[in-house]
Amino acid sequence: MNAPMQTVEERRKRGPQTPLIRLRDIHKAFGDHQVIRGFDLELYEGENVVIIGKSGSGKSVLLKCIVRLLQADKGQIEVLGHNLEAIDQYSLDQLRVDVGFLFQGSALYDSMTVRENLEFPLRRHPERMGEEAEEKLIREALDSVGLGSAIDLMPEELSGGMKRRIALARTLILKPKVILYDEPTSGLDPITSKEIIQLIMDIQEKYNTAALIITHDMDCARVISNRVVILVEGTNYAEGTYEELYRSEDPKVQAFFK
Amino acid sequence: MKQEVAYWRSTRNVFREIGEVSLFAGRFFREVWRPPYEFREFVRQSYLIGYQSLPLVGVTGFIMGLVLTLQTRPTMVNFGAEGLMPSMVGIAIIREIGPVITALICAGKIGSGMGAELGSMKVTEQIAAMEVSGTNPFKYLVVTRILASVVMLPLLVIIADSIGLVGSSLVEYVKGDVSFRLYFTKVFDSLQFGDLLPATIKSFFFGFAIGLVGCYKGYHSRKGTAGVGRAANAAVVVTSMLLFIIDFIAVLVADIFYKL
Repeated sequence: MNAPMQTVEERRKRGPQTPLIRLRDIHKAFGDHQVIRGFDLELYEGENVVIIGKSGSGKSVLLKCIVRLLQADKGQIEVLGHNLEAIDQYSLDQLRVDVGFLFQGSALYDSMTVRENLEFPLRRHPERMGEEAEEKLIREALDSVGLGSAIDLMPEELSGGMKRRIALARTLILKPKVILYDEPTSGLDPITSKEIIQLIMDIQEKYNTAALIITHDMDCARVISNRVVILVEGTNYAEGTYEELYRSEDPKVQAFFK
Repeated sequence: MKQEVAYWRSTRNVFREIGEVSLFAGRFFREVWRPPYEFREFVRQSYLIGYQSLPLVGVTGFIMGLVLTLQTRPTMVNFGAEGLMPSMVGIAIIREIGPVITALICAGKIGSGMGAELGSMKVTEQIAAMEVSGTNPFKYLVVTRILASVVMLPLLVIIADSIGLVGSSLVEYVKGDVSFRLYFTKVFDSLQFGDLLPATIKSFFFGFAIGLVGCYKGYHSRKGTAGVGRAANAAVVVTSMLLFIIDFIAVLVADIFYKL
């Protein structure tokens, strides 16, 4: 039986837990441009945290720092109990298996079929499970996103929404404990966006993953989030449930909800 | 003053680029020995680089042999030395023209292809996607391509040389009434081991340079689709320059061994 999603209140009642992801005083600059200036965050098991912020406010940079695609200039990042500063490349690769990442542009390997896209992470694992088991996993992941029939298609033959679903299936195939979503609904029509949002919720229920989601889509934030963090000028300006922030009278917070 | 600043900045950029390419090469030599080995991808790249370059290399080699023979024949006839044509053309093609022309053609086809493909993967975050799935993209994308390039280029050079000699023998047959058997007997009589070995060795270095620069430019491509174009273009320009430098060094080194 999967653990249900927990609200902030429920987590408070349960008492202290070890966070899956803990960010402490993160700073990141590109040249003279300081993007993140002391950002803190904790993500707990079964939780969906949504980070919202203006374009260019450093939301994607934060996600990339969590999987060390970018190196933070200052601060501490702990993922599943590992301090990213002190981890070697081999351990980092092992850790990345437990942290799924859905890219904004889907990032499907365009020279490979859908099947090969899903096989790729599986076949490069020290503990390979045999072709039959891999085939079963691929089928299961594709069925989870409702695209079992697309297995032999090339990415160029897929629509934007289908690409996003296949990318999600590829993320799921390694059974991550946490999934980081970089604008999962951007560039999609409202109907497909709703389908993707529902899919993210179904996946969380089925696989019991925690999720860190960055988005501009307030509908997505409202439906998905247990907790919302507003990123302003590189810091977590406000934090709370969607409803708490919605009721806030702070003009900077209100600007996101109007 | 402004000009001086620009001069120093571009000089510094050149040295920085040389340093970065050297580090990239160093990483290749470290990663190439470490498992897991991407054998399937290496075979696929060898097929793409080797087999799919055959038509271009073949046609270029044939025309190279034809043109070289047609251009030099009148002068050799004037000196009454047309009997030396097979030896001269054979040595010229095998020692110098075959490897250099083939490498330049491959720099255009393979190097730019690598630059564009990896560049496009970089800007669409496919390389990042490999990284976050716990895969080493350097090993999968770069090591396999450079290795395939190192292995395939000497083979392509040998094929281009052979087809070039066939082209040359055709001209000799038509213009000088020299039989194919006589032509190739003269070519092989004049060739020595010392002609073949340096040419083959330098072909490996040519292959390495093409793979290394193509992958480096693509892997470090930036600034969107325009950056992909720049990566492909820079891969060809830098590799072509590098090929001539390697050729010059190879000739100097070979010359030392001839004297010994």
